[in-house]
This record gives sequence, structure tokens and C-alpha cells, in this order.
Amino acid sequence: MEIVIPPFDLKSISPIIILTISAMFILVADVFFRKKFKDSLGYLSFLIVVMTGMVAFTQMGKPVYSFSDMFVVDNFSVFFNLIFLVSTAITILLSVSYVKQEGINYGEYYTLILFATIGMMLMAGGADLLTIFLGLEIMSISLYVLAGFRRDCVRSNEASLKYFLLGAFATGFLLYGIAMLYGATGTTNIKGIAEFLANNPALSNPMIVAGTSLLIVGFGFKVACVPFHKWTPDVYEGAPTAITAFMSVGPKAAAFAAFLRVFLVALPAVEQKWSIILWVMAVLTMTVGNLVAIAQTNIKRMLAYSSIAHAGYALMAIIAGGDFGIASLLFYMLAYAFMNLGAFAVVIVLGRKGEENANIEDYNGLGYKHPLLAVTMCIFMFSLAGIPPMAGFIGKFYIFSAAIKNGFIILAIIGVVNSVISVYYYLRVTVVMYMKEPGREFAPLSLSPFLILALIVTVWGTIHLGIFPAKIIALAQKSTLLY
Amino acid sequence: MSLPILTIVTFLPLAGAIWLLFINGEKQEKIKRIALVIAIGDFILSLPLFFKFRLDTSEFQFVEKVSWIKEFGISYYVGIDGISLFLFLLTSFLTLICILASWNIKDRIKEYMIAMLVLETGMLGVFVSLDLFLFYVFWELMLIPMYLIIGVWGGPRRIYATIKFFIYTMAGSVLMLVAIIVIYFMNQKATGEYTFDLLKIYNLDIPMGAQFWLFLAFFFAFAIKVPMFPFHTWLPDAHVEAPTAGSVILAGVLLKMGTYGFVRFSLPMFPYASHQFVPLIAWLAIAGIIYGALVAMVQEDLKKLVAYSSVSHLGFVMLGIFVFNIQGMEGGILQMINHGLSTGALFLLVGMIYERRHTRMIADFGGLTKKMPIFAIFFMIITLSSIGLPGLNGFVGEFLVLVGVFKSNVVYAVLAATGVVLSACYMLWMFQRVMFNKLTNPENKKLKDIDKREWALLLPITILVFWIGIYPKPLISRMDASVNHLLNQVDEKYKVTLNRLKIEKKEVEYAVKEEKSAEHTIEVD
Repeated sequence: MEIVIPPFDLKSISPIIILTISAMFILVADVFFRKKFKDSLGYLSFLIVVMTGMVAFTQMGKPVYSFSDMFVVDNFSVFFNLIFLVSTAITILLSVSYVKQEGINYGEYYTLILFATIGMMLMAGGADLLTIFLGLEIMSISLYVLAGFRRDCVRSNEASLKYFLLGAFATGFLLYGIAMLYGATGTTNIKGIAEFLANNPALSNPMIVAGTSLLIVGFGFKVACVPFHKWTPDVYEGAPTAITAFMSVGPKAAAFAAFLRVFLVALPAVEQKWSIILWVMAVLTMTVGNLVAIAQTNIKRMLAYSSIAHAGYALMAIIAGGDFGIASLLFYMLAYAFMNLGAFAVVIVLGRKGEENANIEDYNGLGYKHPLLAVTMCIFMFSLAGIPPMAGFIGKFYIFSAAIKNGFIILAIIGVVNSVISVYYYLRVTVVMYMKEPGREFAPLSLSPFLILALIVTVWGTIHLGIFPAKIIALAQKSTLLY
Repeated sequence: MSLPILTIVTFLPLAGAIWLLFINGEKQEKIKRIALVIAIGDFILSLPLFFKFRLDTSEFQFVEKVSWIKEFGISYYVGIDGISLFLFLLTSFLTLICILASWNIKDRIKEYMIAMLVLETGMLGVFVSLDLFLFYVFWELMLIPMYLIIGVWGGPRRIYATIKFFIYTMAGSVLMLVAIIVIYFMNQKATGEYTFDLLKIYNLDIPMGAQFWLFLAFFFAFAIKVPMFPFHTWLPDAHVEAPTAGSVILAGVLLKMGTYGFVRFSLPMFPYASHQFVPLIAWLAIAGIIYGALVAMVQEDLKKLVAYSSVSHLGFVMLGIFVFNIQGMEGGILQMINHGLSTGALFLLVGMIYERRHTRMIADFGGLTKKMPIFAIFFMIITLSSIGLPGLNGFVGEFLVLVGVFKSNVVYAVLAATGVVLSACYMLWMFQRVMFNKLTNPENKKLKDIDKREWALLLPITILVFWIGIYPKPLISRMDASVNHLLNQVDEKYKVTLNRLKIEKKEVEYAVKEEKSAEHTIEVD
């Protein structure tokens, strides 16, 4: 029997290779580093991520298929890779002093973050349902561990276990969906499925409809859409804050990347079925996320619900579809990465060991004591609320435009009404910071140079994308062709 | 290329605010002086607009256009015409007055002045934007500093008031955002060009059904801002809780953005819907005029009284705008300026006695003329200007509005005129209770008359009050061309739509006939 080795193109996965080798190197190096020098592992991972970003950026251009059409490098995946690397880099900046403060300064922390990033990149570049599944698992397993990284904290353990059990369940759904699609079409390749469905009746085939629904469940869980969102607040609250920041941005973006690619490329034939389901889900996600966020007193939980609401806006982009919809999702995810990571950065700066000061009331009078930090938080809150001239406004504007362009005016109206509701709880943070007297003494801030850098980068990103978004919009528009 | 004067005037306050960021908050005097110098400079720079304004054209002047977000066809496009010119000047003038009026604020003066200056940039930007997207950005941008001014430096219920203000305004404006995007794509479909350029969108012929919904979306945004009855409930709260300068800006400029929005956007973009909505708007305006006046009459708090009087006065403006003739429109625009001056001044006056007595209850006062004669004179002049006494500014505006309304609908005019009578009642009655009567309250015996700074606040406004009252021609003449052009534009587009409606009706009738005859033939077959 002749064994044919399919041609493989290592260049196309070079960012992933760099990350993998470095992650393993860090794992080994960890053994040889004394506790005092563990910080340098953080610095090292940061440098690696920046470097990988540069390599990834050079991949912009013509799409390249590799590994028997299992993996693709197109502008879409490169753009998403950049979003992942930005969020990973900022997460590492947030982590260096945070892990020391929490006493969880272990080398595998950074290794796991890097592995999660690898998983995300595989998801964005997956041209085959199995590659996407593979990426999803690499990402998720790393995150399960990271969520429980504060080993001696019960809440963190709870978060990890909950995330793991529910996550495993959801992955099961996803895999089942993939199996059904395979059964119906005879292939797991995204393009192959699309071709099959274009030439055969799709809507009348119950296997395809059921498979699509199961995929919605699987992806819906990963992006935290209502009604698959129940895990989010608990996990976000229990996980170490830096990891919460990470989870709310990177993995969410990765899930959206795969979500979008699978549904817009492989399954346009059943669009009229999934479009309605997603429409309802988007409305529920926005509304439930925003309404429940109003009632939160813990800032991490509030941001968790806010991230659910934002997933609802992002879903609008998938529903809208077309070049406009895809570009708007790309832009939105980048803007969201900056503003959400920034908000979490402020939470970390103000946090104390053991996750104290995580209630919104603890921010009373922050504007008096630490004016600069309060202004920074205001910028993120206004941006999340979608008020110009911040990045969040342009992002929302872009998504609503996409929805309106493709005829989803009611959805856009529900979206803007939701953004008014969200103003209420974002404003509450500014209210307590500026309009309430400080209820306690503020300890000196735990500001490390790395945290300051993270804050500067996120503020810059949030304002820059708000006032001069033209270049990124142009880049996003160039990244809408899906192969 | 000439000097980009609009950009300079609009962004100078923002630059000043950034400058203030780097100054130590302890140096209160220095901060106040810098803010004042910036505001004076800005006002002086805005004056050439008045003198160099060309009367013979209805086109936008001092225009600047730079591409901003090319991918969406968004540009930084500014310019003014006879409609926005005076609102622009009013803004730079009132901000200057407000910064001087805030001289006694001790608490976090640096942040206060920064908020004031950013607010000025936002407000000026709204009046000069000729790009729908840019307009929306300024419109929302302005909310943040105002929200902080009420929320941080306001009265006891400030948090409630400021959140209510923010959410009301935002709720209205997001629907406008949806409408703006819809228009954007309609225009793209019609012309193939992605653009938010207002002047290009003016030429867009929007189908009637769509006009109805789009008008409604804009209507909510503007009507909440004006505020029209019954969307006015945020206003008394915000006014009562805001610091003096906040109230002045709120009444003087922010409310005008609503009425300005109707003139600049709703009328020319949706002429057919505007005509269709006249009865609704007119009745709401009349309800506002009468309701505002009646509620003002029974207020015990001076600030609330002035706040409700605003609801009443803005009803006049709305009525003037929606009669579609030159007198009504010019009267409406003039009345926007007048209301900005006289209500602004009223809030200043109330603020002055509040600073002295820490109360605004009418019952706590009485007989102040004896202790504060000069204050009383200014108060009298402003009160009369607000009532619309001939010779003062309010008369000219109200008269023009009433003439305009009479020409179009006598019933509206008669009802609106009762507002004039009522305003005389509540203002004079208030004046009598505060300034005349016997000086019974012992605390009022220690009151001091106004000082130099307060002179400087009231005198310029009073001069303007007389000037507009006696010789309004320089203002009216600058409005003529633009208002005429606007009305023609609205009229033409309205007629085009009406004609098409007739043609369509005929076509439908024809089609129905055709169908019937077709059915007939089928039956025959």
C-alpha cells in the first residue's frame, strides 16, 4: 500500500509553531528558574507574543491553504490572529504583578495562556470542522486550568469545575453537530460542505438542520449567548481577574471567528433557518445581559453580564453577514478587546490580594483620590456604553450599519435601545467614582510598570480607534473575503 | 486658503481643557483665569463671523471640509448659515458668561472648568456640523460633560437628575442614529455614493412611507431635547439640581439644539412628513405653552418656575418653525436667541440670590428692592424681556412668531397668544413676591447688592436685550437669505412629493382598472 503524505506548508502555520515551541520552552525553563526570577517568564512570553504578532502580520495577503485544505491563512484569520495576540499580550502585562500578589506565580501560567492562544489561532484558521474542533479543545482545556489557578480559593475551584463540566457538555454538542453534518454531506471540510449543500437540497434534510442547531449550541456556549450563558458570571467572578479579562476577549473572539466562518461559508444554504434562531438569540443575549447587569454589585459580575450583552451585538454582525457584517465584526472585536481589557486592568490595579475591592461601591470617590485612574475607567465605561468619540461607538455604529444595510432594522433598533439600557450601569461606575464620597481609605495602588503600559496601550487603543478608525476600517474591509 | 476660523473657535476650548489637565488642581486662581482667558479669546475669535457674514447668499459660509473616515464617506465638514450663526455666537457668549458666573465654585474647580470647556466644544460642534455623522458625534459628546456638571456640582438630588437627563437624551438620540444610518444607505442606493454629507442628502428624495418613520426617529431625539410636552419631565429635575452655570447652559444652548435640529435636519430632509406632522406638533407645542405657563405659576421654587417657563417659551419656537412661513421661522430662530439670553440671565439672577441666601423659595424673599436696588433693576429688565415687552428682545420674537402663526392658522395663534398673557402673570407675580412687598424676613436685611463681577455678567446681556428689542435688523437681515432658501427648498420638495402622490394615485386607479379588465377577459376566456 502506498502512503501518500500530503504536502504541508510550515510557513503558513509559522506563528503557531513559534508559539508552541516557546510555550514548551517556558514550561521547561520554569523548572530552572528560582522563584525570584519567575517574573522574567512573563517578560519572555510578552516578547514572544509581540514577535509572533509581527510574523503573523506579514501573512496578510493572498490566502494560502495547507494540510490538505484543513487550515487556511487568509486576511480574515490574520486579522483575528492579531486580535488574539493583542489580547494575549495585554493579558500578560496584566498578569505579571497580579500573579505575584495572588501568590500563583507559576511558570505554567504563561504556558497555558500561550497554548490557549494557539488554540484560538487554529480556530480562526480552521478550514475544516475538525481543525476548528481541535483548536477549540486546546483553547478550552488551557482555560479550564487557568480558571482554577487560584488553587486555594474555593470560588476559583468552583469556576474551574463549572466551566469544565459545562464546557465539556457544550463541546459534546458541537462534536455531535459536526458528526451529523459529516453524515449528511460526507465531508468535514468547510468548503466541501458548502459545495455539497449548494448542489443538494439542504433545508429538507433533517440531519443538516439538526447538525446546524447543534453547532449553534456549541458555539453559543463558547461566545456566551443567552440561553447558553449561565456559566459566565460564576466563572468570570471566580477566575483570577487577569484570566477573566483574557476569557472575555480572546476566546470569545476566537469562537466568533469560527462561528462566522462556519455559518457564512459552510452553511449559507440553510441561512433562512439559522438566521431566525440567531436573531432571537441576539435579542435575548443583548437584553438579558444588559438587564441583569443593572442588578450587579460586583464589578467582575457586572463586566461578565456586559460581555454577554456585547456578544449579542457581535451576533448581529453574523446575522447581517456580507462584507459589511464581517468587517464590522472584525472591527468590533478589536475595539472590544481594548476597552474590555482596559476596564479589567483598572479592576486589577484597584484589587487587593484575595480579590477584595471588587464591589462597585469600593470605587466610591475614586475620582478624588486617584483622578487619573478614574478618568481612565471613565473612558472605558463610556466606550463600552458606545458613546463617541470612543472605539466602542464606532464599533457599534459599524455593526448597526451592517444590520441596517442588510435589512435588519428592527434588530438594529433593539440593539440601540439596549445600548441605552447599558448606559445605566456603565454610568453607575462613573457616578460612584465622581459623585459619591470615598467610603474608605484607598491603599496605595499596586501599579507596576507593566500595568501602566497595559493601561496606556488600552487607553490609546480605545481613543485612537474612536477618533482615527479609518486605517483599521480599511484593513477590516480588506479582510472580509472568506476562503 | 483662508483661516479655518470655525475649527479654531470650535476646538480652542478643547485645547484649553487639555492645557488645564496639566495644571496643579491646587492653583485655583490660575485655573479660573486660564479658563476665562480661553473663553474670552474664543468669543472674540467668533465675532468676525458676525461681521464678515455675507448677506447676499443662502449658502453655507466659512466652510471647511476634510475627509475623516474615508471608508464610510464621513468627513469633517463644517460651515454656518444664517440659521446657525447666532446660535453659534450665543454659545460662545454664554459659555464666557458661565465661566465668569462660576467664580465662586471651590470644589474641584479644575475638573469643573475642563468640563465647561469640553462642553463648549461639543455645543459649538453641533451647530457647525454639516455631516450627519459628525453632528451625531458632537451631539453625544456634549452629553458627557453636562452629565458630570450636573452630577458632580449639582444639588442634593443631582445623581437622580443627571442620570435621568442622560438616559432621556440618549434614548432619543440612538433612534436618530438608526435613522441616520438608514438615510445613509438610502442615499447610497439612489446615488451610488457612500456619504454623510448633509447637503448631498438634502437632494435625496425619500419615499413617503420612509419619511414618516425617519421623521419620527428624529422627532424623538429633538423633541426630548427641546423639550416638547410631554417629553419635558427631565428638564425641571435637571435645572433644579444643576449648578447655576449648568442651568444657564442647559436653558441657553442645550434646549436650542432640539429646535435647531428640527430646522436643520427634519424640515429639509423630510418635508412631506414635516407637513403631515404639523397638527401633532402644533398641538403639542400649544399644550406645552399653556401647560408650562400654568405649572410655572404655582411653583414655589424660583428655579423650577424658570424651568417651566422654558417649556412654555420653547413651545413658541416650535410653533414658529412649523408654520412654514418666513415670519414664523425667523421669529422662531430669534426667539431661540432671546430665550437663551433672557432665561440664561434669569438663572444667573436666581443663582445670585441663592449664593447669598442659600434658598430659592419664593416665600423666603420679599422686599428685596430696598436692599438690592441695582439687582432689582436688572431683574426687572430681564423679567420684562421674558414677558415680551415692546422695546425689549422678547417682543420681536414673539410678535414675529404670532404673525407667522396667524397667517397659517388662526386657532393656533389665538391659543398661543394666551401663553403671552400667562407668562406676564407668572413672571410679574413672581417678581412682585420676591422684590416688592414688605421686607419681613430678617435674614434678607443683610443682603448686599451686586458686585463688579455680577455687573459684568448682567450688563452685556442687558445691552443685547435692548439692542435686539430696538434694532433687530442686523440679526434678521442675516437670517433672511438662509430662511428663504430653506423654506423654498422644503416647499419645492413637498410639492414634488405631492405631485408624485397624485400621479401614483392615478396609476393605481389605472392599474386597478387594467386588472379588472384583465380579469374580465380571463372570465370571458
